[in-house]
Amino acid sequence: MLRGLAARWILAACMLGACSGAEAREQRVTLRFWAMGAEGENVQQLVREFEQQHPNVDVRVQQIPWTAAHEKLLTAYVGNVTPDLAQLGNTWVPELQAVDAIEPLDKYVAQSDIVKAKGVFPGIWDTNVLNDTLFAVPWYVDTRVLFYRKDILKAAGYDSIPQSWSEWRAAMQAIQKKAGTRQWAIFLPTNEWMQPTVLGLQNGSPILKDGGRYGAFEDAPFRGAYEFYVGLFRDGLAPVAGNNDIANAYQEFARGTFAMWITGPWNIGEFQRRLPPEMQQSWATAPLPGPQGAASGVSNAGGSSLVLFKGSAHPKEAWELIEFLSKPDIQRRFYHLTGDLPAQIDAWQDTSLAGNRYAAAFYTQLQRVRPTPKVPEWEFITSKIIDVSELSIRGGMSTDRALATLDAQVNRILEKRRWILARTAHAQHDSAATVKIK
Amino acid sequence: VSEVRAQIAAKTPEWRAGRAGWLFIAPAITLIAVFFFLPVGASLLLSITDFDLYAVANPSNVRLVGTRNYTELLQNPTFWLALKNTFYFALIGGPLTVATSLGAALLVNAKAVRFKTFFRTVYFLPFVTTLVAVAIVWRYLYHPQYGFLNYALGAVGIHPIDWLGDPRWAMPAIILLAVWKNFGYNMLIFIAGLQSVPEDLYEAAALDGAGAVRQFWHVTLPNLAPTFFFVGVVTMIGYFQLFAEPYVMTTGGPLGATTSLVLFMYEEGFRWWRLGVAASIAFLLFLIILVWTAIQLRLERRLAA
Repeated sequence: MLRGLAARWILAACMLGACSGAEAREQRVTLRFWAMGAEGENVQQLVREFEQQHPNVDVRVQQIPWTAAHEKLLTAYVGNVTPDLAQLGNTWVPELQAVDAIEPLDKYVAQSDIVKAKGVFPGIWDTNVLNDTLFAVPWYVDTRVLFYRKDILKAAGYDSIPQSWSEWRAAMQAIQKKAGTRQWAIFLPTNEWMQPTVLGLQNGSPILKDGGRYGAFEDAPFRGAYEFYVGLFRDGLAPVAGNNDIANAYQEFARGTFAMWITGPWNIGEFQRRLPPEMQQSWATAPLPGPQGAASGVSNAGGSSLVLFKGSAHPKEAWELIEFLSKPDIQRRFYHLTGDLPAQIDAWQDTSLAGNRYAAAFYTQLQRVRPTPKVPEWEFITSKIIDVSELSIRGGMSTDRALATLDAQVNRILEKRRWILARTAHAQHDSAATVKIK
Repeated sequence: VSEVRAQIAAKTPEWRAGRAGWLFIAPAITLIAVFFFLPVGASLLLSITDFDLYAVANPSNVRLVGTRNYTELLQNPTFWLALKNTFYFALIGGPLTVATSLGAALLVNAKAVRFKTFFRTVYFLPFVTTLVAVAIVWRYLYHPQYGFLNYALGAVGIHPIDWLGDPRWAMPAIILLAVWKNFGYNMLIFIAGLQSVPEDLYEAAALDGAGAVRQFWHVTLPNLAPTFFFVGVVTMIGYFQLFAEPYVMTTGGPLGATTSLVLFMYEEGFRWWRLGVAASIAFLLFLIILVWTAIQLRLERRLAA
């Protein structure tokens, strides 16, 4: 330990230019790695091991708060100070690809024994592929499932969560019949875009159509999902409340204020920590029901990926770090450090993960995930989905008007994209024409 | 020979003085031109384009859109909400800050007070501390369960308030922080103003039988008028540009209750990277501040007359 410390001091001194010669000739490489929030904090431990395996590489992990990450990445790109590699929410990949900031990875993957398409959940892998080219490597995964109170469901006459929408709805109605005042069957925070979007995906909506040129919100599949979603509020099965209106959702769940909650993997740990001990036997997780039963019960393909920046001076070493972080045993240790679910299917063989009955629902769900539209404007579009669904739920706006408004807004946002696509197509057409003339 | 004579004739003393004058102000003018007029002109130009993420990738993706950014802004409810919040903050927070600083200046400057320098330093401290550090401490003070503020209110029987989580209370909480943070600077200016009021005016007023209150209204305030207007204009200009407080404390929430114009501009510009739209917000804000300052200056002239 002491020796390691001394070595680090000498290294620091070398960086400051205090010594030269033998050490300098050894070609030291410094990798700059940006990671967010808890991942940024915990990955430091794993990175030390990578440094031991690669004595000539120093990895400088910079921890970035999630709330500032998106701005910081784009600003860094504009300012020409991107790191060598970074963690990226996988819905951000299209944006960084659109500005040509990240490296296509197919040629790296072709030579890799560790990173392979078939080692990762297919829906998750797909989020990182744009125009048939891979731009990011899945690191950990995130999707939404149903957390529910077993005891309340049982009291309403159900042993498990039904698999089709109609039966699911019937179960909610049965729960609601037995519920007291200020108790509801399900909590769907009105300020989240995920629930209406996932229901739309389940009902077969592409969300955006014509290659991401227009919104598909008024079309039948999304309309059906939206009516189902808004109907849960209109019929009093879900409280008209956003995340900010509920001070402590865990307390309310324990109290029975709501019996179901669509949420993500981080809440497995939170439920175990925050629910009172006597409540621990009474909750469970289940994959989402679908309009036509289990097979249609898809959810979102979320999570974070690792990207290699085009500006990197050490792409080889950076790729080696990405490979290192993709190794099943490293992914397993990362799960223990953070609770993030591994993207590599092999890492799920871990006894603590395989034996975790709450994680099982996620494992099933991850076989049925679908990416949200892969356009750079997606983040902005989600804020419009929230606005409009709040108008429907709180303001009683009709489905027709709400979806027409949403399509109009989204089509205006996508106008630039259509123009760019048309121009590129035109340019290609022109060059094809010149070839013919020759 | 005639050429030389003409050159000498051209270099008259006035010409030389003029040239010297220009040379003296040249550095300042260059700086202002490069760092003020140029960026302002550039951002005006930016505001009539659709500069966005695609343009960052490739400059040929920029299009001129005329006034479209402006017309779309005027139809955007978030813009109006941000405008309302900004006025709420400036119109309540501005006068409150000025009043607090005047009060503090009067207290610190009072003859009966001891340790004047100590109090002056203490009141000035918030102004020179970093806002981010201060905001973290204030978030603890505002915490609905463990915060000192609710604890103190609880002691007098007031139910706990969710300061930063309740849309009705978030802006008052931000105003309170801003007043506390900024009154020290204005206080120093007021103290300077107070000290320049001639002592004999107070003596004369006292001889005529004026008490402390009448002395304040008829001697202190009229003599402070120029200071007052300076402080008022500077404070309001600063407050219309509210950004750091909500950015650190609430990120514009809850339900957009603390989204200010500058925060909205920041989000459009650096979150969604729609720089054209962001530039047009900046220009609208510039116009608002210009009009407001003109009104204040006119008021000053009328009151001074």
